[in-house]
Amino acid sequence: MQTFHYKKSTNVEGAVASGGPHASFIAGGTTLVDLMKLNVMRPAMLVDINALPLDKIERTPDGGLRIGAMVRNSDLAHDATVEKEFPVLSQALLSGASPQLRNMATTGGNLLQRTRCYYFRDTAYACNKRAPGSGCAAMDGYNRIHAILGTSEHCIATHPSDMAVAMMALEAVVHIRGAKGERAVPLNEFYRLPGNTPQIENVLEPGDLITHVTIPALPEGARSHYLKRRDRASYEFALASAAVITQVQGRNLQHVRVALGGVGTMPWRSKEAEQALDGKPANEESFREAAEVALRGAKPLHDNAFKVELAKRTLVRALKVATQAA
Amino acid sequence: MSSSPIGQPVTRIDGKLKVTGRATYAVEHAIPNFVYGVAVSSTIGSGRIKTISTAEAEKMPGVLAILHHGNIEKLYHPAGALEETSRPGESRPPFEDDIIYYYGQYVALVVAETFEQAQDAAAHVRVEYAAKKPIVRLDDAEQPPKIERHEKDDNGFDEADITYTRGTADDAYEQAEVKLDATYVTPIETHNPMEMHGTVAVWNGNKITLYESTQGVVNHRNVATQVLGLPAESVEVISPFIGSGFGSKLFPWPHSWMAAIAARKVKRPVKVSVPRQLMFTCVGHRPTCEQHIRLGASKDGKLTAFMNDVRQSRSFIDEYTEDCVDPTSMLYSCPNVAAVQWPMKMNTGNPTPMRGPGRVPALFGIESAMDEMAEKLGIDPVQFRLLNYAEKDESDGKAWSSKHLRDAYQEGAKRFGWEQRNPKVGSMRKGEEILGWGMATMTWPAHQRDAEVRVRFLADGTVRASCATQDIGTGTYTVFAEVVADKTGIPVQKIDVKLGDSALPPGPTSGGSSATTTVIPAIVQATEKAMAAVVKAAAKTPGSPFEKADLKTLKFSQGRVHRANDEASSGIPFEQILQKAKLAGLDGHAKTNTTEDQKKYSTHSFGAHFCEVSYDPEIVRLRVTRWLAVVDGGRMINLKTARNQIQGAVTMGIGMGLLEETVYDTRTGHPINNNYADYLVSVNTDVPPVEVVFLDYPDKIMNEYGARGIGEIGLSGCASAIASAAYHATGVRVRELPIRMEKLMKG
Repeated sequence: MQTFHYKKSTNVEGAVASGGPHASFIAGGTTLVDLMKLNVMRPAMLVDINALPLDKIERTPDGGLRIGAMVRNSDLAHDATVEKEFPVLSQALLSGASPQLRNMATTGGNLLQRTRCYYFRDTAYACNKRAPGSGCAAMDGYNRIHAILGTSEHCIATHPSDMAVAMMALEAVVHIRGAKGERAVPLNEFYRLPGNTPQIENVLEPGDLITHVTIPALPEGARSHYLKRRDRASYEFALASAAVITQVQGRNLQHVRVALGGVGTMPWRSKEAEQALDGKPANEESFREAAEVALRGAKPLHDNAFKVELAKRTLVRALKVATQAA
Repeated sequence: MSSSPIGQPVTRIDGKLKVTGRATYAVEHAIPNFVYGVAVSSTIGSGRIKTISTAEAEKMPGVLAILHHGNIEKLYHPAGALEETSRPGESRPPFEDDIIYYYGQYVALVVAETFEQAQDAAAHVRVEYAAKKPIVRLDDAEQPPKIERHEKDDNGFDEADITYTRGTADDAYEQAEVKLDATYVTPIETHNPMEMHGTVAVWNGNKITLYESTQGVVNHRNVATQVLGLPAESVEVISPFIGSGFGSKLFPWPHSWMAAIAARKVKRPVKVSVPRQLMFTCVGHRPTCEQHIRLGASKDGKLTAFMNDVRQSRSFIDEYTEDCVDPTSMLYSCPNVAAVQWPMKMNTGNPTPMRGPGRVPALFGIESAMDEMAEKLGIDPVQFRLLNYAEKDESDGKAWSSKHLRDAYQEGAKRFGWEQRNPKVGSMRKGEEILGWGMATMTWPAHQRDAEVRVRFLADGTVRASCATQDIGTGTYTVFAEVVADKTGIPVQKIDVKLGDSALPPGPTSGGSSATTTVIPAIVQATEKAMAAVVKAAAKTPGSPFEKADLKTLKFSQGRVHRANDEASSGIPFEQILQKAKLAGLDGHAKTNTTEDQKKYSTHSFGAHFCEVSYDPEIVRLRVTRWLAVVDGGRMINLKTARNQIQGAVTMGIGMGLLEETVYDTRTGHPINNNYADYLVSVNTDVPPVEVVFLDYPDKIMNEYGARGIGEIGLSGCASAIASAAYHATGVRVRELPIRMEKLMKG
């Protein structure tokens, strides 16, 4: 860990003013502190935003939710409205990490969680995300946990968040305050594919601060579900996960939203799968067809080929659960 | 009238200290003026150090010294197998030369005033290497040209005969009516006790005290005297509490010597704590083991040939073999047996015993093969084992000291409802999920080693029992208190047990499930001697109500001396006798070792695991849903800690079956899942309630209570029971652990 300066902010304006290319905001610190100890992240300045008044979950006029960036994962997961109206979000949050980590981790921080790629986390290896241009040690290394969607020859690291996958399906919007003022970016446009700049993971500019996230209300009768597959029953990142939202009208599906986790270089919204399901009957055949479409572009590697079929089956099951009669 | 605590579920006497944070673990010893040592470790798996530049790091704040192969003082090699009293985890002293044998090997130690300063400076030590491609897979390792007969080492952890034969296995196999030929692989697994290894080294003149997390204070002291070139009385090793070891803390590792030489160099106490990442490289692991098993049987289910050809990893530094041959030779009745074990050199550091060394990997192969053979024969797996029941130890012809494995199979089958098992794969269901039932035998040898114990009655009404063994979390403190309480009638709460200090009377290493059996006879004898001394004092002390009484007419019970014909309540509490005699205390001291009787018998524990898995084929989800372990482990001294040992072992067994594997990057030799998030062990949700049944047949050959050790046996057989259950549910036989979803999908 390298020596750093520390500054505590009590208001959003002050925090944004303190931000910059060599500073990191610190909220729960569940990723940042870990990576600082490993010398993977080396901010010269930490701006502590834990005192910012961004810890509220509020109803928006359209019936959706406005979630403060500092709302802790456990508080969000156990919020009565989230549990009742957006179960996919609660389920995704509770499937992540451990209770201790969820008590610390925040909504804003979780969107920016760094990958669990072994080679990113160890400075002895080449990693284009950590040290641009140095190469990708994972490509020919042990890549069982790595991505099959959205990869490039420069990076195959997965985005690790479960919450972000659910928010992708919920069509969340990220609200950002930066030097140039406020802006709102749909989550679907927030992340960037690695391409040849895997060090750039999202649209945030230096000093930009996520202030809150909004999610729109779901249509009446919409049902949602998050399913996560991993080796052990708890405390492990997803090998494949699926967040689905849908409404069954008569026998047919509408308002279908599909996002996958554990398989993409970013939380993976599959509009192709959504289109494939729209207006189709809620049955295994449609689900399987959508799963095939969702994974059509998959590029399996040496150790993670099983993820292609696993992700399909996970999606099929999530759709089955979400469309089962109440 | 207090009843004996033996066999009762007695709460650990050290439990409260541990759960309230008052138990002091090795690196928590706050020695005034101490400084920190942080290691720099190799980032190649094989090769040589070309240059090591410390100039930048030396100038950093707080840095006191940087030790490496270019500047360290002389260290000696441990005697190891040349003598009987000591054994290191790794014989190569730290920084001996510029050769790199494994990834993570210590190449320098930075000593600084604060931990942060030492860490930061360690990150600024620049090392240039000449790297070679490391060998981290058995298939890349060289097969030794011929089997070298292994030297037996009498400390009990290394008794591997590398070959065993009886009868004519090759011919019998060729002629067998039914044959099975299969290969089973267990990967490298890493112990990962919660408390990481660590040392605080404190010199006082030419004497050194090492606060260490060790499973053997005496062995650690003995190796330290050799490595540092000191007489035995100049080294004291203190280890009052240990956050478990699972074998990784049996033998000393180089960090201890790094701390010692650093402390001498900077003339201040030095603390070295092994970080989690280096727990995967510098303190041992379970070697990978590949067993090529061939079984021959008659159509009616009698084994006619049992062959096991084993390849097992070792390092380039030390010879280490754990015994997969022995269980092959003794577990079942079979006239023709051939087993051979090949040590394969790899760049993975030294393996070391990990809970159930030898037998745990061996039983994955042997018990999986038995299950496969049972299926081929169309015989129920329990029945197949009963058909081949070993009535004596056929490996050496000795009678068993006490074996009730048949009862374990039968009791287990009855309690589990085994007769309801439909052998057809995938035939049993619960709702949408498919159930699989599997079982396996468990086995572990029982040993008694040397121990000395001192028991002292004190004038304040307490009793102190002391021995240089240690409690690694298994409940040894409580065992001492229970045995003394049983003999004296004094409540457990009044017995002060002192362990974990090499200055105490020499006691056993906590390994091989032998500490309890080893210390019992010595505690019993020492207690009896101390009681006799108190009785004598009662008869000799002027003014005592028993003054001049014939010793034969006096008795010690319920903590009192009384006339043998009278009730204990009529007697005088021992502390009053001591007070009257103006004595601070009275001692009993005893030394015991293996008895001649024990050598005449084959002493083993046995048992059977029964488990159920539930399988959701669509999402390839396999979970263990039910577990029963029936243990024939002699008499339990403490039912609570005993059950805890078996439940803990099954928890580990579920990890071994489904999750655990140290994964090496084949380019660098780096164990890349070297942390608690990426190296998967069972979490609570993976483990169903584990029902444990102890058959409770005392083994009087072992000791007067009939106790045998139970620390390891629970892990043997677990993984094969799971693999067999998984096969029963899925139809996929996984012969290479762990049973990961991609293996089930392929099948």
